[in-house]
Order: sequence, then C-alpha cells, then structure tokens
Amino acid sequence: MTKVWISGEASIDVEAADGINAVNLTVDDKEIVVSGGQTILEAVARLPGIGNIPALCHHPAVKPYGACRICTVEVSEDGGSKFRFVAACLYPVKEGLIVKTNTEKVRKLRKGIIELLLTRCPNVKRIQELAEEYGVEKPRFILGDQDCILCGLCVRACQEIMGKSAINLVNRGIYREVAAPFYAYELGEECIGCGDCAFVCPTGAIEMGPDGKPVLPKVKIPFAEIEAMMKKETITTS
Amino acid sequence: MVEQVRKLLENRVTSVAELEALRKSILQKRDQSRTCISICGGTGCRAAGAEEILEAFYEEIEKRELQLQVELKETGCHGFCEQGPIAVIGPKKIFYRRLKPEDVPEIISETVLKGKIIERLLYVDPTTGEKITYEADVPFYKSQTRAILSANGEIDPTDIEDYIARGGYSALCKALFQMSPESVIEEVKKSGLRGRGGGGFPTGRKWESCRQASSDIKYVICNADEGDPGAYQDRSLLEGNPHAILEGMLIGAYAIGSHRGFLYVRNEYPLAVRHARIAIEQAMDYGLLGENILGSGFDFTVMINKGGGAFVCGESSALMASLEGKIGEPKAKYIHMSEKGLWDKPSLLNNVKTWANVPLIINKGADWYTGFGTAGSTGTMIFSLVGKINNTGLVEVPMGITLRKMIYDIGGGIPNGKKFKAVQTGGPSGGCIPEQYLDTPVDFDELSELGSMMGSGAMIVMDEDTCMVDVARYFIEFLKGESCGKCVPCREGLNRMSEVLNNIAHGKAKREDLDTLEDLAGILGDGALCALGKTAANPVMSTLRYFRDEYLAHIDDKKCPAGVCRELIQYSIDPDKCEGCGRCLRSCPTGAISGEKKQVHTLDPEKCIKCGACYDVCKFNAVIKV
Amino acid sequence: MDLVLDFPKVKAVVDSYTEKVDSLIDSYADKKEQLISLLQDIQAEFNYLPRDVLIQVSQKLDIPLSQVFSVATFFRAFSLKPRGRHLITVCLGTACHVRGGQRLVDKIERDYGIRPGETTEDEKFTLETVNCLGCCALGPVVVVDGKYESQMNADKLDRVLEKYE
Repeated sequence: MTKVWISGEASIDVEAADGINAVNLTVDDKEIVVSGGQTILEAVARLPGIGNIPALCHHPAVKPYGACRICTVEVSEDGGSKFRFVAACLYPVKEGLIVKTNTEKVRKLRKGIIELLLTRCPNVKRIQELAEEYGVEKPRFILGDQDCILCGLCVRACQEIMGKSAINLVNRGIYREVAAPFYAYELGEECIGCGDCAFVCPTGAIEMGPDGKPVLPKVKIPFAEIEAMMKKETITTS
Repeated sequence: MVEQVRKLLENRVTSVAELEALRKSILQKRDQSRTCISICGGTGCRAAGAEEILEAFYEEIEKRELQLQVELKETGCHGFCEQGPIAVIGPKKIFYRRLKPEDVPEIISETVLKGKIIERLLYVDPTTGEKITYEADVPFYKSQTRAILSANGEIDPTDIEDYIARGGYSALCKALFQMSPESVIEEVKKSGLRGRGGGGFPTGRKWESCRQASSDIKYVICNADEGDPGAYQDRSLLEGNPHAILEGMLIGAYAIGSHRGFLYVRNEYPLAVRHARIAIEQAMDYGLLGENILGSGFDFTVMINKGGGAFVCGESSALMASLEGKIGEPKAKYIHMSEKGLWDKPSLLNNVKTWANVPLIINKGADWYTGFGTAGSTGTMIFSLVGKINNTGLVEVPMGITLRKMIYDIGGGIPNGKKFKAVQTGGPSGGCIPEQYLDTPVDFDELSELGSMMGSGAMIVMDEDTCMVDVARYFIEFLKGESCGKCVPCREGLNRMSEVLNNIAHGKAKREDLDTLEDLAGILGDGALCALGKTAANPVMSTLRYFRDEYLAHIDDKKCPAGVCRELIQYSIDPDKCEGCGRCLRSCPTGAISGEKKQVHTLDPEKCIKCGACYDVCKFNAVIKV
Repeated sequence: MDLVLDFPKVKAVVDSYTEKVDSLIDSYADKKEQLISLLQDIQAEFNYLPRDVLIQVSQKLDIPLSQVFSVATFFRAFSLKPRGRHLITVCLGTACHVRGGQRLVDKIERDYGIRPGETTEDEKFTLETVNCLGCCALGPVVVVDGKYESQMNADKLDRVLEKYE
C-alpha cells in the first residue's frame, strides 16, 4: 500500500502489486511510466529531462500544502480535449493523464504569481531569481518589504517532523503571519531549538538566533500602513 | 419519575401508523372555528417591531378574554419584507401591513370580532392604486410559485405539531418504507434538482457518488453558512420551517447510508440557531430523529454547529475543516468531498434550500418537479430581491422566469422614479447584468453565459445612482477581508486588485490599470485554490464588460458619473431649494457649511471632507453633487 | 491611602471564576474537535478570550497552544481583547452599502476614533461590521447591543448612541 497525500490531511491508499504499480502518463508530449501513488510534482522530480516545475511551498519532508500555486500545470483527464489548471504538488498521477508543464498559459500564470510575490518580497533572493527566469521586471504595485511568503513550511516542519507545534499561521487574509502563541517574541518550551523551521524556509525569513531558537519573520511594514498608503483616506459611497 | 418518562414517551411515534394517527388527532384537536392571526416573526420584521406587535395582541386578547376564539401564531418570514410588520388574519387571510402596536386593539375589535376591514392597514397596489384585502391577491405573492415558502406563513416553527398537521414527515415515511435508497436517489436524479448554494451541481449525482463510496461511516451536512451579502433565504427557511430541512436531511441520510448529520449555521443567525435547536429537540422527542426511526431500523442524529464569522467557511472543504476544529482553510478537491470529506469519510453537503426541496420531490414526484423551470434548471428557486427595488423581500419563482418579470412585476420596479441600471446576482462570485439582458430567463446556464451566476440567490438591484466601479470595489474589499490567506493568487491578488480599484475610484489611475485588472483576474481564475478566489474577479470583469465607459470616465475624465466616488464629486448647496433650516450646518463635522437661519446656506469646498452627512439629512433635496 | 485587601472576597471572586472556566472546558472533555464551539462559549461568557483560559483549553483538551491561538485569531467572532460595554454592529451587506452603510462606519471613526474591530479608549463602544443581517428592507441597519435600528443616517446615529453610558 502506498500512501499519497492529496491535501494537508487527506490521502489515498494505492494498492501495489508485487511492489510495483505502473501508471502511464504523458508529460510535455513525452510518454513516461511512473509508480502510482505519487503526485505529479514528485513523479516529475525524479525524471530529469522532463519539464522543470518550480515550487516554493513544497518540501519532500512534509506533506504538500498547495499554497504558493506556482507549481500549477495544465492537465487533461479525457485524452486531451479539455485541459484545466491544477497544482502539481497535490494532484495524483493517473493512468492516461496528459500533463503540460510549460505552456504559454502556464508561464503566464507563473509570471503573474511571481509578480505578486515580488511585490510583497522585493528583497528576497529566491523570488528575485524566479523573477529573472520568468521575465518579471518592476511590479506594477506599491512594494512591501516582507521576507516571508507564508508558504507554511516552517509550521508544517515543526508539526510533522518534530511533532511539536511551537509556531502556527495566525490571522487570515493579508494579515496572516507566522507567530508564536500570543505573538510572543521569545519561543517557549514547546520550541526545542531543532532548527527545522529555518532549514526548510525557502526565503531565509526564519533564521536561528543567538539563543539557539529561531527568530520569526518580522512584519516589516505593518499592514495598517500599507492599507493607508493604498487607500489614502477612507472611501465612502452613496 | 414514571410521570416524566411517560410524558417523554407520550409524544413518541414508533411507526408510520402511529404518525398518521397523531396527525389525525392533531387536526381533530384543532378548533377550526378559531380565528387564526399569524404574525410574521422573521428577523426582518422583528427588527421593525414585530415583537411589540405580538405583545400587544397577547395583551388585547387577554384583556378581552378571547383566548377561546382567537389563536395567535408567530410564524417565520412571510417574504414581503418591505411591508413588515405583517399580520395575516384567517381563514380568508386578510393582509395587514406596516403595523404599529397602536393598531392592535382596533384590529381585534373591528376585524376579528366584527369582520370589518381597516382600510388604512391594507396594501395599496402602486400601479393601480387599488387596495388589496386578501393575501392571495397581493401582486407580490400572486406572481410567485411558493412551493416551499408558502409554509412559512402558516407554521409556528417552535411547534412540531404544526409541521405534522400540514403533512410533515410523510415524505420520510414514503422514503423509508416504500422506497429503497437507490430509488430515492433515482427520483432525485430524475427531478434534475441542482445545488441551490451556488455551485449548481446535480444533486442526484452527488448523492449517488456518496452512496457508492465505501465506508461504514458517512456524514450528511447542511450548509447554512449563508454569507453572500444580500442573501437571507436560508435564514428565513431555517427560522420559519426548520423541520423541512431536517426531513430532507433524513431522506438524504437514508439514501446514502449515513447516521450522523451536521447543521452548520452562521454565527450571525441567533434566531435560526434557536429554532433549529428546538426543532431537533422536538423531533427527537417525537421519535423522528434518533434510533430506529418509525420502526424502520434506521438511526440518524443531527448536531448544530455555529460558524465563527468567516465567509470562507461557506466553502465545503473549509466548512468541514472548521467542523474538525481547525481554521477554515479550503483544500484542493481533486478527490471529491463525497468520497473523502469530513474526517476523510464520504460526506454529503448540500445547501438549506436544496434540502428543503427534497421532501417535496419525494412526496409529489420528480415529474411534478420537472413541470417547473427549464430543461437545464428544474424546479423553483428562492431569491432575495433587495437593493433599489420597491418590493424588497423573498421571492420564490420557477426557474426560467425573466429578470424583467422578477424586477418589475414582482419587485414593483425602481423606487423614486429612478432608472434601472443593473442587477447583481450570485453574490461576490457573480456579476452585474445590464438592462439589455433583462429578458434573459433566470437559469443556471443562462446566467453563467452572461458572466454572472445563480449563486445562493441574492438579487441586488441597482439604479442610476449606483457607481459600478464602486460596486466592483465593494466586492473586492469584501473578499479581501474574507480571504483565508492560504494561497498567493487570492491573498495577494485581491489586495492588488483593491489597490488598483481604489486608484480608479480616486481618479489616480491610467488606462494600463485596466489591463492590470484583467491580468489579476486571470491569475485569480486560473491559480486560486478554491471557489472564493477562482470567482473573485467576476464582479470586476462583468462591470468592466458592460460598463467600461464608466471606468473610462473615472480614469480619463476623473469623474464619477453616478456621483458616488468621494474623491471625484463635490457637494454644493442649491440656492433655489435651500430653506435655511440649518440641519446640514449642524450635521457637518468640519464646519464647512455656513449660513444664517432662514437664509441660503453655503458650503466651502476647501473644508468639505465629503462625508455626505448634509446630503443625508437635507429634507429639501437642496444638497447636490456636482 | 490605606489599601485593605479583603482576602475572603478576593478568593471568592477567583474561585467562582475558576469554577466557571473549569465547568466550561470540562464539558468539552473528549470533544477537542468542537474547539470552535468551546471558544464561542468562552467568548459569550467573558466577552473576549482571556489568555489564561486559552492556555487551560490547550492543556485540558490536549491541543497545541499555537493551534488554539491560530483558531482564535482566524474567526471574527472571537476577540483577544476585552470588548467595550456596548457593541455597535453596522451592516455592510450590499443592500445596506448601496444605501450608504459605509458612511455610518466613517462617521463612527470620526466621532469615536475607532475602526471596525476596535474599542474606544474608555471601553464604552466596540465597532464591528457584518456582511448582511438579512434585514435588507430596513437598510442601512445598525445593531447596538442586539437592538436593531433601521433606516439609519448620521443624525439618527447620534441620537441612538448618546443614549448609551
């Protein structure tokens, strides 16, 4: 039985015959055979020469989350007549699936997501690299100054690898951030200083501090200020 | 102790025969000669003073010792909210509206005791000037097909016997004893019922895939997290006729093989929660919920969960997450909820209106149901008709009725002689439909073609004083506040859309910003994780499609033609209309208005912050927007 | 000034508080999935979610504190700071919006200095907004301490709010 995670919590169990469960699918016009029970991203990652799917909120050590959406690819389940966008890190390989990882539409979507991330985190090296690769120049919006892209890898690493839960994602929407309970600056006993969170962080927003505990990403420009910059003053209507 | 147990068991029915006997005895017990006064007790009418009216009736009846002749019943929402508080005096059902407590003694002495009509309390048809006496003749009701809502005016939702007296739970009997689970599913499939919560997914197919999923444990969920602004049909149904939903859930649970149900109600609906709780308790009391229902061997219990104030929890996977005690984060649905949902078990989630349709379909048959509506959208649909419309309220019509008929025949048209501009359907996932499409039949697929959608059924009418750029901005701000924040396209994309729309509304935008809006809409539609994000750009795109010139006016001319966007309008006082009463002066927070008593007042634009207070309070329409 | 601490009285207050908290949490002993319902009960009892109560919830129900905190901050029904004596809720549903609901929110911000979600310095008023109460015929609607006020404008709002202490 192979377990593949479909989302943060759900999984499917796939029966393996003689330890091998072959699934035939087409990726970027190349017909390949992979073992079942994997997601597209996992399957493709082990086969060099097939499309390079970028991913930010994905790490092999933790369950996939599907938050950054940059791994989006086009798939067709009906032999190629209709395609739709899915996240490669979550979508399971299926017999007869047709996957396209680098079409113009996919690149356009990735470019858009990178522009949004670059607006939020203009000084993060990983995002700058992606921006250069996909031809994103200056974002059309007011720039923020965050380091954290809210991928949730640190939170998941703490929960799934260490079985602790010292930090979590709090608030919702644009006010979302990684924080310790009650926004404490110093992490309590729940944090054992293992450093997994800093290790999996794709942007370096979490770093280990001098006391052996991680320093959480600071919200550099408070959102209230950004809101005010965008709105200038409150707007009314009739 | 024996007494208590006996009382508990007294109500219990353990077979169909016993239920029928109970039904008969309830009907016999009811004194048909009593005059029944039914007062609308929906939240809307309560806000307008229905509770004081009820009190006044109680007092008057006590005072005159008329308890044996008069029956007073507080029902759910009657639907004609514009005319509340409402009382219907039967059996002829005389329709009195806009009541005040002072009217009550006269109603008792004249109408109840002497059969005389009180003219001033009657509804006046604005097109003919005619006074309408009976409920059935009120044009608002006459043009509707109130298959589900008609019960709202006749049932006391806190009394299960009212529901049983009207034939309640007979559909359950039919399903449990005369139909197999598969044939129940067949009937629902044949009826063509589609989800009334927004997705419009064929209900029968959903039930079938849930039945086919193999698991000992399956769940049935009622989504009453009605979050679309302007929609309140689900609330009124739960407040006014909770047993209809319970009966639907029971039938659904039987069909798929589930024994546990959840009723997820929005936190902001305390009355609906209260009435649902009472209904569940009474149903358990009477043996219609619990173990071995009616002796069929089938068990089913329902638990109520309240929402926490998050619109995103109306999305099925986010709803289930919050039922599991987690935050309302949606997840990718590459495997359907009907196979792996709540706690990874097959879960059947349907909207309140969908469940309410089920007992009707089982009782009257799929053929009856397909008699209403269009081929692709069968049955009736309950809409909330709100905004710039004369007859605000809940409207139940067969699918396929035209928008024009809804807005003008039933809705009574636009108030104050203003011109119709657009009707917004589908809530924050839908779009605005302009005048040239008013003859479109209301149908799932037709509305999607126009760039909107059916959604949960909110229909918001807008007139010439509504700015479509402002409407788009409003919906994006709403979604921005409700986004769970998990995925980049929604969290960041909505934020930037808000930035661009605010620039347009402030007159600080360029033509390229319209291209930016389209790009952002593409990112949201293709990249977002859940339906909230995927459909978030619909209001913007549809207003851009049909009202592009309004956007251009804001961008090129820095003007807001409808006179709404604060930065682009200027208030001024018309000297010909101003009576010098000083109300505007007193209401102005910055002292921008000056003038002597009984002299024409003037407004200083330098000090004006455009709050609109003077515009609101002036009784002579002397404050104008230039 | 002499400070006299009435120990029995203080102890009685603390004991009754502890009892209340314990009975609330214990009723959810094996039902950690009903965390949100428990938090709603706590919010209803104390008018906010006190920090020490959240810590007890985490310990007694064996839920990581960060998870409890995450849930407490996600849902708008919960407040981590004490709410004011009176709760003003302005409806910003679409129907109330086209009738001028936002202007009422702006007026409260001008007059009392609070934005939605905030409480006045003197803890008199807390302002919240809600998206559609379902009384669209009566819009714009403002609810103060559960009492519905219909067809509101700036003037009426003044008259309503000055009645509250």
